[in-house]
Amino acid sequence: MLYLFCGFYIHKRGFNMISEILQTLPQVLVDGLTLGAVYAVVAIGYTMVYGILEFINFAHGEIFMTGAFVGTSTLLIFNTAGLLSGMPGWVAYILILVTAMLFTGLMGVGIERVAYRPLRKAPKLITLISAIGVSFLLQDIVRFIADLKTGSFLVTGISLYNENVKIKTSSIWDSFDDAFLKTNSIIVLAVAVLLMIGLDIFINRTKWGVAMRAVAQDRETASLMSINVNKVIALTFFIGSALGGGTGVLFAQQYGTIDPYIGFILGLKAFTAAVLGGIGNVRGAMFGGLFIGVLEMFSAANLGIITSGNFGGEYKDVVAFIILITILIFKPEGLFGRAVKEKV
Amino acid sequence: MSLLQLQNVHAYYGAIEALKGISLTVNEGEIVTLIGSNGAGKSTTLKSICGQVKTQGAISFNGREIGSQPPHQTASEGIAHVPEGRRIFSRLTVKENLEMGAFSVKDKKLIKERTEQAFVYFPRLKERFGQLGGTMSGGEQQMLAIARALMMKPRILLLDEPSMGLAPIIVEQIFDIIQELNREGMTILLVEQNAYQALQIAHRGYVIQTGEIIMEGEANLLLSNDQVKEAYLA
Repeated sequence: MLYLFCGFYIHKRGFNMISEILQTLPQVLVDGLTLGAVYAVVAIGYTMVYGILEFINFAHGEIFMTGAFVGTSTLLIFNTAGLLSGMPGWVAYILILVTAMLFTGLMGVGIERVAYRPLRKAPKLITLISAIGVSFLLQDIVRFIADLKTGSFLVTGISLYNENVKIKTSSIWDSFDDAFLKTNSIIVLAVAVLLMIGLDIFINRTKWGVAMRAVAQDRETASLMSINVNKVIALTFFIGSALGGGTGVLFAQQYGTIDPYIGFILGLKAFTAAVLGGIGNVRGAMFGGLFIGVLEMFSAANLGIITSGNFGGEYKDVVAFIILITILIFKPEGLFGRAVKEKV
Repeated sequence: MSLLQLQNVHAYYGAIEALKGISLTVNEGEIVTLIGSNGAGKSTTLKSICGQVKTQGAISFNGREIGSQPPHQTASEGIAHVPEGRRIFSRLTVKENLEMGAFSVKDKKLIKERTEQAFVYFPRLKERFGQLGGTMSGGEQQMLAIARALMMKPRILLLDEPSMGLAPIIVEQIFDIIQELNREGMTILLVEQNAYQALQIAHRGYVIQTGEIIMEGEANLLLSNDQVKEAYLA
């Protein structure tokens, strides 16, 4: 009798749990994909540089952060100059994106030239330390300027699009709740997807893109094909950093307030996404980013439900990373790690 | 007329002197071979010409000093190097490998023409066009490496051990193609351990030992030289 009761209870609880998870699933997917798109584009920067130099550019998270600040301050400058009221939102959005991408792209090229190229023949560990130095430097420069101009290193920007859109996912299946979406999330997703498609076409279809892959595989031989290896490396840094900086703008628009330390955790997660997808593999990084984003949002929404309130959403990163570690134990080369066997 | 000339060239790997004052000349239209045993400095000589190792001495190409310029510049001036071990881009397709060979060529029509030309020499590459380089056999990879070098339409072709690790019948095919290229006017500097086969197709040869040229002359004279016979042809 007791057994029966318990069985029934557990069954009922399980059923409730699943229906609760299902209700929030549309919202989880919407938020997870938006966050994941941000991770994905930043992850591309890590993976591209690793692919070509076999070194982790730990300053990349700070390039993302700098992009967020450049975009936000450009917008604030427009506003003080009174330009913003006469300008459609999307024009302003494109302008700050382009400004931030150009700025961070050139900054990436400069960082490579000054902090990494002189160390190219040094052990990788030394370059890594140099990267960590650059990342502290960027944090402090940005903090200093932000503090000087606004009196605080926490900067709240102007949101160009802050309406919400309701997606009637409940009409697809009545177990779903409706999902709410900031207009900006759509922009984040759309821009991220455009950037990723653009990059994919560049790498696979254009001469310089193919040259990038050639240099990643065999720098010495690439130079015998009259490919200027340093130029290709600079281009890689430009593109990777511009993508990171552009994502910073999207992030600032999405979450409103930024500080000079946002690049650290986000960079760490994007780096993890790159490793998950198989470091050096651009499509892998895209997938890894989306995967981690969704995983994180899923844990945030459902951890409390699954553990009957013992662990709340604040453990989302723990869950996400446990799953990642598990995957990497069984597939250390990452999900899309090199599959082609090479003949020597 | 001499196209490529090395005069008293020294090359170093750190403290080790790999070349101890090499002088050699390649004239337009010739096949010149550089033979010697493992570690004698054959590959280093080619790398010196391409700017891949630091050198002292004079290296002139077409009358211009090229000793201190970076590899990509030397390549774009018409020196194509097929490196030891083929070094094709294994994760690029055959098509992309050939495109990389033609990196300095701006004209797309020209690239297409030269690709067609490559198919004439190496019909196998046409069948493998969309395939990843790394999935091909050793012989096919060697063909791709040579075809890739020809895409820039070089004035001289440097070949580093094209016979390495290949079946005798494939080696024969490769050497036939080298001769054919030469008949059509290509100047070739061929580095080989397989001295007998190399001297058979070459006009002139140099013998290198521990970083020094110890003998040079007409290929058929070297072939019948007792010292060469004993050391390299036995």
